[in-house]
Amino acid sequence: MRRIISVLMENEPGSLSRVVGLFSQRNYNIETLTVAPTDDDTLSRLTVTTEGSDKVIEQITKQLNKLVEVVKLVDLTEGAHIERELMLIKLKASGAQRAEVKRTVDIFRGQIVDVTSTVYTVQLVGNSDKLDAFIQAVSALGVLEVVRSGVSGIARGEKVLAL
Amino acid sequence: MELLSGADMIVRSLKDQGVEYIYGYPGGAALHIYDALFRQDDVKHILVRHEQAAVHMADGYARASGEPGVVLVTSGPGATNTITGIATAFMDSIPMVILCGQVASHLIGEDAFQETDMIGVSRPIVKHNMTVRHPSEIPTLIKKAFYLASTGRPGPVVLDIPKDMTAPNERFEYSYPDKVKLRSYSPAVRGHAGQIKKAVDMMMAAKRPIIYAGGGVILGKASPQLTDLAHKLNFPVTNTIMGLGGFPATDPQSLGWLGMHGSYESNMAMHHADLILAVGARFDDRVTNATDKFCPGARIVHIDIDPTSISKTVPADVPIVGPVDSVLKEMLSLIKESKVKPDPDALDAWWKQLNEWRGFRTELYQKSDKHIMPQQVIEALYKVTKGDAYITSDVGQHQMFAAQYYKFDKPNRWINSGGLGTMGFGFPAAMGIKLHYPDAEVACVTGEGSIQMNIQELSTCKQYQLPLKIINVNNQSLGMVKQWQDMNYESRYANSYMDSLPDFVKLMEAYGHVGIKVTKLEDLEPAMEKAFAMKDKLVFLDIYVDPFEHVYPMQVARGSMKDMWLSKTERV
Ligand SMILES: Cc1ncc(C[n+]2csc(CCOP(=O)(O)OP(=O)(O)O)c2C)c(N)n1
Ligand SMILES: [Mg+2]
Repeated sequence: MRRIISVLMENEPGSLSRVVGLFSQRNYNIETLTVAPTDDDTLSRLTVTTEGSDKVIEQITKQLNKLVEVVKLVDLTEGAHIERELMLIKLKASGAQRAEVKRTVDIFRGQIVDVTSTVYTVQLVGNSDKLDAFIQAVSALGVLEVVRSGVSGIARGEKVLAL
Repeated sequence: MELLSGADMIVRSLKDQGVEYIYGYPGGAALHIYDALFRQDDVKHILVRHEQAAVHMADGYARASGEPGVVLVTSGPGATNTITGIATAFMDSIPMVILCGQVASHLIGEDAFQETDMIGVSRPIVKHNMTVRHPSEIPTLIKKAFYLASTGRPGPVVLDIPKDMTAPNERFEYSYPDKVKLRSYSPAVRGHAGQIKKAVDMMMAAKRPIIYAGGGVILGKASPQLTDLAHKLNFPVTNTIMGLGGFPATDPQSLGWLGMHGSYESNMAMHHADLILAVGARFDDRVTNATDKFCPGARIVHIDIDPTSISKTVPADVPIVGPVDSVLKEMLSLIKESKVKPDPDALDAWWKQLNEWRGFRTELYQKSDKHIMPQQVIEALYKVTKGDAYITSDVGQHQMFAAQYYKFDKPNRWINSGGLGTMGFGFPAAMGIKLHYPDAEVACVTGEGSIQMNIQELSTCKQYQLPLKIINVNNQSLGMVKQWQDMNYESRYANSYMDSLPDFVKLMEAYGHVGIKVTKLEDLEPAMEKAFAMKDKLVFLDIYVDPFEHVYPMQVARGSMKDMWLSKTERV
């Protein structure tokens, strides 16, 4: 099953490489990985999406917790949560196609954030499925470039992952 | 407050940490530190002949004493030469601090002379590693390194020290912290009371219990509690190869060790048990054999300080995360209060069965009138040292024979590389022990293959007068490899012979030690007596043994625990 693990760790040089190293060293897979400092700049928040059996996921969370620089973590998929991913996508937009692209962007509630006479750059935010669906929808129109941020997530309600 | 240079801070911090000896080898990036060492007498430096040996020396000391060992090396090749040693310590959870020189900060990343990314290279084989970014951080980082290395599940910690951090003319305020606290690191200090209660209830209801005790018992200094618990409950105990001595081998409740080359009775008992109490063990593949066939009728209580060890390979029914000594203590007090006792009839029947298994193999190996058998070497060693020596071992058949035939009654006496299986470990490990325990008998059991992996240390032994004994079980072959080739490759001995062996007796003389060659059984014990009587000499016994002997029992690959070869022809 796909899991979203959210990790709070010391914002130290090298701490990200420990996480990435752990995954490759123990043969776990990383689907997406995002990392940035939090409001407290001594801490980084890292979100990793991964696949694995319950046994593997249990090991992943324990092994992550064992890293000396990891302060806390949570498997967001164990409870209600919100997940978001940001995508920037460049699409061919010339002639009649311009209107078609615009319509599709509106349907997906995306925004056109940059324009030339032949290209639209579109920004889209949502869960990963929505981004996949958008790519599918515009694939016939000519996709020039795709960049996705990877998943960020947060638990719903009162639950917080903080010090 | 005192002002010290970074280099002086390193040495002072070691002194304030209570470190007496460090092991190492100098080089450019570490020279400020070496100069600081030169200007004082509190911290003594042992100059090895290869950095790998420095790490094994620190490791041997750590295993025998329970205190972290300390290593100092230069950048680049000095640092990379420590890698095998660090990996060895990591696999067996040995506390250690490795101080590595590094090129100056402004050169990092420029492929400078002797630059290696030691943080990157060592990352998968350390508990933690850190770089000094300002000289004033040095005391705190060293304290942190010792704290991390020796608490929780112990392990090696690397400190990377760019040369400019130790510059002699830049001084900063020095004070050594009493303790450090890390918000991201808090090993468990006690087990969960509810889980402990649940475990004790299961133990009281067990009809065929067994205690499976690992190296964690030794690292966690829990032998007294373990022994007490086993005696109170009349449960049999089997030790892992890392746990030997954690429960006295000559105790009637000891079944010996378990796993690939464990005793018949231990492996049978594990397979048929209805309750396994695993204490500081990690269900390693060399213990479990095929996990899908592992102990089908057993429920498992697993105590370990490291949660990742629990349910990693074999799922636990009752996981207990905590220091083994405190968890066992809590179990003992529950047992004392408990009105329920284990069913005596069931235990009687179980012991009857266990004793039958014990009696099943009366002749453990076949004696020969042509050759000394390797097992006889260990039996003689046990007899001559009265079972009370520190025995280090290299890796191979001789290691298995040592573990099988030397009966360890005390913890911290059996020192071997169980996890990584590092040939070349035994000799320097013995040096580290002899240095710290000059009055104790220290012997390294080795093979003619393994000893040649760190033989240069004979010179270090001369320099520092380390009169340990080397027991070379010389089968003129990489015996363990050859055994596998006999069993799986129709005896095609691809590179498993040891041709062109040196004359070890002459070699010892060249280094200023004593060498004795033994080829006849009747000379074996007298030679050993003689070796141990030479208190101030390193003596190397080059003992020629049967080159074709195998280690048995040996679990059948991909079988259950009870599937074993008992000899070249007999399989159960
Ligand atoms: C550094 C290293 N290289 C290779 C091996 C693989 N290996 C395991 S046992 C063994 C043979 C050891 O020979 P020897 O020291 O003579 O011991 P014996 O088995 O003959 O008693 C080898 C090559 C190892 N464990 N360590
Ligand atoms: Mg050999």
